[in-house]
Amino acid sequence: MTGELARVEAARPGIRSLLGALRDRVRTGDLGSAPVLIGLAVIWIVFQVLNPFFLSSENLVNLTMQSAATGTMAIGIVLVLLVGQVDLSVGSVNGLAGAIVAVGFVQLGLPLWLVVIGAVLAGSVVGVVFGVLYTRFGVPGFVITLAGLLAVLGLQLLVLGDAGSINLPFGSWIVEFGQQMFLPAWLSYLIAAACTALYAVRGFGERRRRLDAGLAASSRLATLARTAALGVLLGAVISYLDRSRGIGLMFLVFIALVTGAHIVLTRTRWGRAVYAVGGSVEAARRAGIRVDRVFVSVFVACSTLAAVGGVMAAARLAGATQSSGSGDVYLMAIAAAVIGGTSLFGGRGSAFSALTGTLVLSSITSGLTLLSLNSSVRYLVTGGVLVLAVIVDSISRRTRRAAGRA
Amino acid sequence: MTPPEPARRLALAEGDENPERILSLRGITKRFGAVRALAGIDLDVHAGEVVAIVGDNGAGKSTLVKILAGVHPQDAGSITAFGTTTTIANPTDSIELGIATVFQDLALCDSLDVVSNLWLGQELTRSGALDEVAMEARSWTLLRELRARLTSVRVPVAALSGGQRQTVAIARALIGDPGIVVLDEPTAALGVSQTAEVLNLIERLRERGLGVILVSHNIADVLAVADRVVVLRLGRNNGDFLASEITSDTLIAAITGATDRSATRRPVGEDAR
Repeated sequence: MTGELARVEAARPGIRSLLGALRDRVRTGDLGSAPVLIGLAVIWIVFQVLNPFFLSSENLVNLTMQSAATGTMAIGIVLVLLVGQVDLSVGSVNGLAGAIVAVGFVQLGLPLWLVVIGAVLAGSVVGVVFGVLYTRFGVPGFVITLAGLLAVLGLQLLVLGDAGSINLPFGSWIVEFGQQMFLPAWLSYLIAAACTALYAVRGFGERRRRLDAGLAASSRLATLARTAALGVLLGAVISYLDRSRGIGLMFLVFIALVTGAHIVLTRTRWGRAVYAVGGSVEAARRAGIRVDRVFVSVFVACSTLAAVGGVMAAARLAGATQSSGSGDVYLMAIAAAVIGGTSLFGGRGSAFSALTGTLVLSSITSGLTLLSLNSSVRYLVTGGVLVLAVIVDSISRRTRRAAGRA
Repeated sequence: MTPPEPARRLALAEGDENPERILSLRGITKRFGAVRALAGIDLDVHAGEVVAIVGDNGAGKSTLVKILAGVHPQDAGSITAFGTTTTIANPTDSIELGIATVFQDLALCDSLDVVSNLWLGQELTRSGALDEVAMEARSWTLLRELRARLTSVRVPVAALSGGQRQTVAIARALIGDPGIVVLDEPTAALGVSQTAEVLNLIERLRERGLGVILVSHNIADVLAVADRVVVLRLGRNNGDFLASEITSDTLIAAITGATDRSATRRPVGEDAR
């Protein structure tokens, strides 16, 4: 038995075993973000063939700026999906946040920072209400948030009052933030370099600690390769986008939120609890996790992120209207999370699926707009992609079951 | 709450001030509406002792386990653990008392890997972040001590065999350094060799000086590993035997009620109807 253990620990994963692990993962249905990245590549190639402007720096910069608001809402949706719930109210919360910012700043003349904080806190309060209703009364989250969709829409209209639509002044920093603020090239590269360096320090530090503890660790080469891949990817993205306006501050905020959510989900006890609750509520409860608190905190995080997305949307559109956040906004956020690879069945997914899924949806919208096709086609295509994503989710779940890795 | 030093003692403890007695239940009663699941159960557990609880379906075994685990509190009766009389209102109380329960369904999170499951709810952290390295290293140490047959601790537990899953569940119970481990039907779903593996594991728990409560249907398993056998019948004590002194026939007779011993140790329950 000890010999067996020693052999396993001696086997350091090199490049070949990494490929082997990848093959194993596909075979056992543990697909991760592979399907969405393949899908994104296909979509980009098709649109580039149909319209050579599609992959231009100008268009991609637009695409990133369009993605930020929906993507931020999708991060929240990823969180609720991870605990096996769904939040239908994110669109209304988005609209409410925009309305609070517009009314507070323009009509009441309050300081902008104050109304932004107020709008975000309003989202948190909505989340607390959902969480308490869910944990106290056990009403399905689906229904609570459906009621929330209607009630918060009512609040949004109430806040807007007779005005109906309010424009934010173009000189204000919030509109600048949504439309005009781009990082200078040197700052983009500096941030990318800092992130890569942090990644390297962490990767090699972890490797060192694992070896010291007598555990299997990835080879120096593999760690180096991963770090280099990250650096090259970030550098390539920045240099390409910088041929046009560059990295928008709003997009950077979105990326920071995704990365932050990823770190919290994978590296903290709270994140572990979220995955555990999504995998098996009963097992989590018996392990001493305060399941109720996890649910409440997840609903709060989701509504708060929806409100942040609402502020971003108001900034980008330079105003709030009665139709802000209505229509397909919440469906797009949910679709983005699912297309990105977060399971509808709970317990599986990653914060990065908010990024990849939103990029897929924005690409479809942008590509079809470039082809001068109207929204009927957009809805049809988006619906088709969503069905594909859910089919991939269901099949991989079944494969995992069959391979004993449910 | 430090568990007493390991000791092997097989005799029935009659004296109340026995230092090795780590758990003692007196007159535990539990009703569910009109159904009386437990009617005045007594139970003692000593350090380094495997106490088997046997009984037919509906005898009250699962209810007793749930009371110890803090799933639901008893209606009447007292629980004394490690010298202090206490109440167990919720699972956290139970864990803090030093009682670790392994349920029949194991309550593992299938999608999480072995390390995550072992440390679930009591993860180690290092400046705020999960300390995966320390958790993985200590998981290996513990699993080796238990001589567990696992080749990787980074696979989802769904990929493990029944015996391995049982091992993970028992190992998880030991993470919190408990004094008493309650095992609910640990061998019910296992094959022959996996059952042997789990029985060996139970002996290793005893060697560590833990008190083990083994709830089982399987007379052969019970006689193979238990020091003492407590029989429940219709929510009452129906015998307390030294495993070395009884045969499976006597045990079955006590389980089925062919021999009614409920009156031998104490007066008939006060709430007899």
